[in-house]
Amino acid sequence: MADIAVHDAHDAHGHDDHGHDAHGGHTTSTGLSNNKLAMWLFLGSECLLFGGLISTYMLYRGRHEGGPGPSQIFDVPLTSVSSFILLMSSLTMVLAVNSAKRKDDRNTNLWLVVTALLGSLFVGGQVYEFTSFYHEGLGFTTSLFGSSFYTLTGFHGVHVTLGVIMLLSLVGIINRDRITGDKAEVVEMIGLYWHFVDVVWVVIFTLVYLIPS
Amino acid sequence: MTATSEHADVEHAHDAHASHGHDGEHIPSDVYFIKVAIVLAIVTGLETSTYWWPHSMHAVATPALLIMMTIKFFMIVLIFMHLKFDSKLFSFMFYTGLGLAVFVYLVFLFTFQFFRG
Repeated sequence: MADIAVHDAHDAHGHDDHGHDAHGGHTTSTGLSNNKLAMWLFLGSECLLFGGLISTYMLYRGRHEGGPGPSQIFDVPLTSVSSFILLMSSLTMVLAVNSAKRKDDRNTNLWLVVTALLGSLFVGGQVYEFTSFYHEGLGFTTSLFGSSFYTLTGFHGVHVTLGVIMLLSLVGIINRDRITGDKAEVVEMIGLYWHFVDVVWVVIFTLVYLIPS
Repeated sequence: MTATSEHADVEHAHDAHASHGHDGEHIPSDVYFIKVAIVLAIVTGLETSTYWWPHSMHAVATPALLIMMTIKFFMIVLIFMHLKFDSKLFSFMFYTGLGLAVFVYLVFLFTFQFFRG
């Protein structure tokens, strides 16, 4: 019966997604994984959060009376290296997801750890950047530019930090064999979050750092 | 990367069973993802190079950067996040949020006369 429901869902969607929930123990009405559906809905809502922060920054980036402005303070070569690191962490994440789908725990753990390391490097770069900006006279309350810049990039940095914590927790959970459901789906779920964090940085890097104000 | 070579990579993985997940799900090979990452790295390099363009070229740099940003955004969402290979319902969930965000904040920026400089 469950198989029929799943096949019906496949036919209705005409796609390759097979709803891990359906095969992992219980059937869903869509034939798709409810967890994955919820994650995509969450990521859609995150677009609204970051959209608000980015547009607020765009509106206030010229308001830097009494403090340094974007062109005086940004170190684009350094941020480019950080961006490249985060971009490569998306590759290692996708390799972890692929390894998990092949049920290759050793490589899954390896790529998850590499992704966490690259994410930590990115956060380290951001801490360095914030520290140097502060020493150059840009505090959180120095100007509207400073407030909106730190809020936007700080929120993103917190997301990356949470992602690193999730990645390392996942490695621990996999090693202790504590995942009761579909392991590949859990890795894929963390992967979706991680790629989203990367995609937000793609937008921030261009709109905040590269487009001349 | 052409659509044919992209298809070939996916098919190769399918044939070799090297990247064949549970439920017979089509999973692109690791090599395919590495190729995508190389393209993304090249685009990032091009984006960064605009920083050293002369001031006279700033009018060209902004649209070029926006186009490259959009290419990178959709390459990550469609390929790395598997939206291209997954159910349309996941795409609907994400694009609804994205579309709403773009619409709401464009209205916000127009309201505050951002595009008038």
